[in-house]
Amino acid sequence: MTATIEPEVGKGRLRKEDERLVTGRTRWTDNLTLPGLVHLAVLRSTMAHAKIVSIDTSAAKEMPGVVAVFTGDDLDPDGAIGMPCAWPITPDMKSPRRPVLAQGTVNFAGEGVAVVVARGAAEAEDALAEIDVEYDELPVVLGLENALAEGAPLVHEDLGTNRNAVWIFDSGEAGSGAPVEQAISDAEVVLKRRFRQQRLVPAFMEPRACMVDPTAPQLTMWSATQIPHILKTMSALTLGLPEHKIRVIAPDVGGGFGGKIAVLPEEIMCLLVAQKLGKPVKWTESRSETMVAAHHGRDQIQDLTIAATRDGTVTGLKVELLADMGAYLGLVGPGVPILGAFMFNAIYKIPAYHFACTNVFTNTTLTDAYRGAGRPEATFAIERIMDELAAELGMDPMRLREQNWIKHEEFPYTTVSTLTYDSGNYEAATAKAMELFGYESLRQEQRERRDRNDPVQLGIGISTFTEMCGLAPSRVLGSLDYGAGGWEHAAIRMLPTGKVEVITGASAHGQGHETAWSQIVADQLGVPFEDVEVLHGDTQSSHKGLDTYGSRSLAVGGIAVVKATEKVIDKARKVAAHLMECSEDDLEFAGGKFTVKGTDTSTGIGDIALAVFAAHDLPEGIEPTLDSDAVYDPENFSFPHGTHLCATEVDTETGRVRIRSYVCVDDVGKVVNPIIVEGQMHGGLAQGIAQALYEEAVYDESGTLTSGTFADYLLPSAVDLPEFTTDRTETPSTTNPLGVKGVGEAGTIASTPAVVNAVVDAVRHYGVDDIEMPLTPMRVWQAIRTGEKAAGGPGAESGGGLGSIDAAHGGAQ
Amino acid sequence: MIPAPFDYVAPSTVDDAVRALADAGEDAKVLAGGQSLLPVLRVRLAAPTKIIDLGKVAELRGVREEGDHLVIGSMTTHYEVQRDPLIAEHATLLARATDTVADPQVRHRGTFGGSLAHADPAGDLLAPALALDAEVVIQGMDGKRTATAADFFEDFFTTSLRPDEILVEVRVPKHTGWHAHYEKFNRVAQAWSMVAVAATVRTDGDAIAEAKIGLTNMSSIPMRATAVEQALVGQPATTEAIRAAAEHAAEGTNPTVDGNADVEYRQHLARVLTGRAISAAMAG
Ligand SMILES: Cc1cc2nc3c(=O)[nH]c(=O)nc-3n(C[C@H](O)[C@H](O)[C@H](O)COP(=O)(O)OP(=O)(O)OC[C@H]3O[C@@H](n4cnc5c(N)ncnc54)[C@H](O)[C@@H]3O)c2cc1C
Repeated sequence: MTATIEPEVGKGRLRKEDERLVTGRTRWTDNLTLPGLVHLAVLRSTMAHAKIVSIDTSAAKEMPGVVAVFTGDDLDPDGAIGMPCAWPITPDMKSPRRPVLAQGTVNFAGEGVAVVVARGAAEAEDALAEIDVEYDELPVVLGLENALAEGAPLVHEDLGTNRNAVWIFDSGEAGSGAPVEQAISDAEVVLKRRFRQQRLVPAFMEPRACMVDPTAPQLTMWSATQIPHILKTMSALTLGLPEHKIRVIAPDVGGGFGGKIAVLPEEIMCLLVAQKLGKPVKWTESRSETMVAAHHGRDQIQDLTIAATRDGTVTGLKVELLADMGAYLGLVGPGVPILGAFMFNAIYKIPAYHFACTNVFTNTTLTDAYRGAGRPEATFAIERIMDELAAELGMDPMRLREQNWIKHEEFPYTTVSTLTYDSGNYEAATAKAMELFGYESLRQEQRERRDRNDPVQLGIGISTFTEMCGLAPSRVLGSLDYGAGGWEHAAIRMLPTGKVEVITGASAHGQGHETAWSQIVADQLGVPFEDVEVLHGDTQSSHKGLDTYGSRSLAVGGIAVVKATEKVIDKARKVAAHLMECSEDDLEFAGGKFTVKGTDTSTGIGDIALAVFAAHDLPEGIEPTLDSDAVYDPENFSFPHGTHLCATEVDTETGRVRIRSYVCVDDVGKVVNPIIVEGQMHGGLAQGIAQALYEEAVYDESGTLTSGTFADYLLPSAVDLPEFTTDRTETPSTTNPLGVKGVGEAGTIASTPAVVNAVVDAVRHYGVDDIEMPLTPMRVWQAIRTGEKAAGGPGAESGGGLGSIDAAHGGAQ
Repeated sequence: MIPAPFDYVAPSTVDDAVRALADAGEDAKVLAGGQSLLPVLRVRLAAPTKIIDLGKVAELRGVREEGDHLVIGSMTTHYEVQRDPLIAEHATLLARATDTVADPQVRHRGTFGGSLAHADPAGDLLAPALALDAEVVIQGMDGKRTATAADFFEDFFTTSLRPDEILVEVRVPKHTGWHAHYEKFNRVAQAWSMVAVAATVRTDGDAIAEAKIGLTNMSSIPMRATAVEQALVGQPATTEAIRAAAEHAAEGTNPTVDGNADVEYRQHLARVLTGRAISAAMAG
């Protein structure tokens, strides 16, 4: 066996999985089939809020190829089944039952009302038109403040309120800081701002799909899911099925971005219908269904009050959020804004902090995790208000940040929201970014353009961010009332020929785990990269796991892999000592070989694997296996950080924004594969920039999603995005043996405020101090015009400060 | 995303296609590149029972000269229009506008005739056709007829094509030596126009002799900015003169309102983009 000389970790390996993923020559849920398979199509409500008077399925049942038609009452006559929510954030949180198919009322446009089962997918689709549903309209509740207003109609009459829960953190009460009201009343400068996080669609490439085979004693469910393990346990709990009678497989999954962290009513529906009919069933949604029925992300109103001294030291921060849950609670939906609670203080030393979030029901598609989940919202708000504070104080926005951030020598640092940041170096990342960006010369050009009243104005936006990654220490999740732990599992199987199978509980859906895990194992065991096969996503091979989200896979799942390899080596050492007739202490392991110290006698790990397989000559009491597994529960989060700088050109005649340059220097700790890191950054930046400039899910006043296709819901493509300059600093995490942090969400979290800050900076001299996302050309143009009118022409002082609260969100509406 | 069931025929001559269309009646639809029709079928906004695919009708494809006209077969794809040497020389405006349509995949399948027949007010080829004073040749059971672009477009997604008629070819008067530019404004690269301006200009020495300006998406049908055209005649091609003329661009327009733009903003864009389109045409 050849030992690898050069370490694999750190190499820019092309991804093992790309050939099949990029060509599509692989197994997605929708292209799987089974003998006797029947197809499901769901009739969805076009009403946002209505009583179901009657559902007549008789004509649909007569349609060609139709096997059966079921309503909610047919599948669940007792109304006993409710979709699970795993995150009851407060003891008194209001939880409406979310049925498999609507029963009694529909609560958002897109909710399933009936399901057709037919021999062909087209026949199932054709029969939908023959189902006759009579609705009795109910008043539609839309908009966070409307939903909370006195006398507002209720989404769920039986709950008596549209308020789902109120969650509060206060540093005064927690003892982690001073009381915020005091800080505000004592402050030299107080600034208030309201920001809006528009609603977004997680826009994964592969629509959701599910197939269930009930024909063996153990049910098998294939699903385009991010969370096969959680889905298995939750399906058992939801339906009262014995857990050992369910196997869940996530085959290759075409993206998720949080949008596939869910236990779907459609998945439960597939289980129920398959069992009822005794036939394998498959459901695949259309893109139109994805848009209305798959959970959305973001959708918050953020009210911030920041207190500071006149020379720029932040003395307090108060955050009041309203968060739209939609019509029901998703699997982790109520907790998403709460994840932000720990991130508003960001990289800054803020002595007093208060956070309060009110979750609200409306007659819209439910919201839940979307890339970053809670942290982009927090980062956006703090990074935006830091720029506004800088403008108010007449300070350079980078200078203000520097004055308030945690210095590299101050780590580990416990923040006002009680997290302990283990490591970081904001100075180093910022210095590198400023240099790559050419900050000073861009500022100079900005002044020149202003002076000559150039129709194209230049703006510079900053975002210095951190995030909590690697979800999560189980005890922390427990303290937040989350319904599970945050550990991850891995197992190593040493095959007789010296090849290695790695099993991971982190179920990849495009991230590249197969490549990164192979690199880690190659180094740990000293085997060639090619000799490692990574298995995931099937609860039969990978029986234990908590799946992929929250930038956790490497920082938690990757560490579990390391721990499992250490156990393999420990076992192998005993056998090696026996075979070479020496003491274990005389052995050293490197490059895949045990060598007797000071000699050239050695045995490779492959030879040991074969010897263990044969088991002819093993030491007394040793099991004939090197296979090992490990479960790793992190002691802390990891805290990637970075400095993102964006220069935008704003065409003041049309309002169009063009990103001229984008520089980011991220510190994601030790890098296993720079190509994968780069890919995650690029994709993340695209999604974050898209929130700033392009994407928005819009409802009309009847609760119909008007941005229900990609012609209306605008996703940028490569041509719309600038060339990114990405670079890194490397401050290893001190809380895990690889020193890794997490990179899956960084770009998304950091980029949105960088872009918006840059646009506002470009037009601030017109009296603009905010523009609502997405910054459409019309909104930018209107903001300039409104600003000009309000401020009496270009050059006047911009709004802001306590004196201008009412005009605080000036800009365009 | 599965269309309702339909019958499918693919005739190889225009005569056969017209007959198939007449036989099938109101419930038939002609399929050209399918880039607009298929999405409509897949979301079941339409459910024709018969599809007549023009893809095999060779005589509908290609570009030829006929005296002082170019004749463009309705099934000529966007990709072909972009690269055709005759169009480049005699109807530059059309080539430049076609460059901005969608993305390469769509341009390989979508057709010039299909775009005109579909008559989406945000479609990019209607205003250039109107600006170039194109005529469409239409064939039905009663034979052929010709309509000017101005008469052809009637309303949102509505033309003077009768259900049993096929758009056969488009006759474009040669605009040899005219400057041309299509100024498109949209939010992401592959999207339809929010507003766009098709400008083609003939110069006489340093002065503008004649200008033809078409507006995309400023009404339910493409429009000519006649006031701008008139204001430009005899003017020097200076920034000030162009800007002054462009101020008239929104006169008589009646744009729709959507999430991207209200009336005021669309009219403002029309003025700004008209100025830019003319300037860019002159520079090109
Ligand atoms: C993603 C995407 C982006 C797009 N972006 C743009 C854009 O930016 N700008 C733009 O202008 N267009 C855009 N389009 C539309 C594209 O240009 C289409 O090609 C065009 O609108 C229709 O042409 P087609 O050949 O595909 O027609 P089809 O879709 O086949 O037909 C469209 C309609 O016209 C009728 N029809 C077609 N040909 C004839 C004929 N010869 N006689 C009678 N009736 C006929 C059909 O019956 C149908 O009703 C886009 C399309 C897509 C899918």
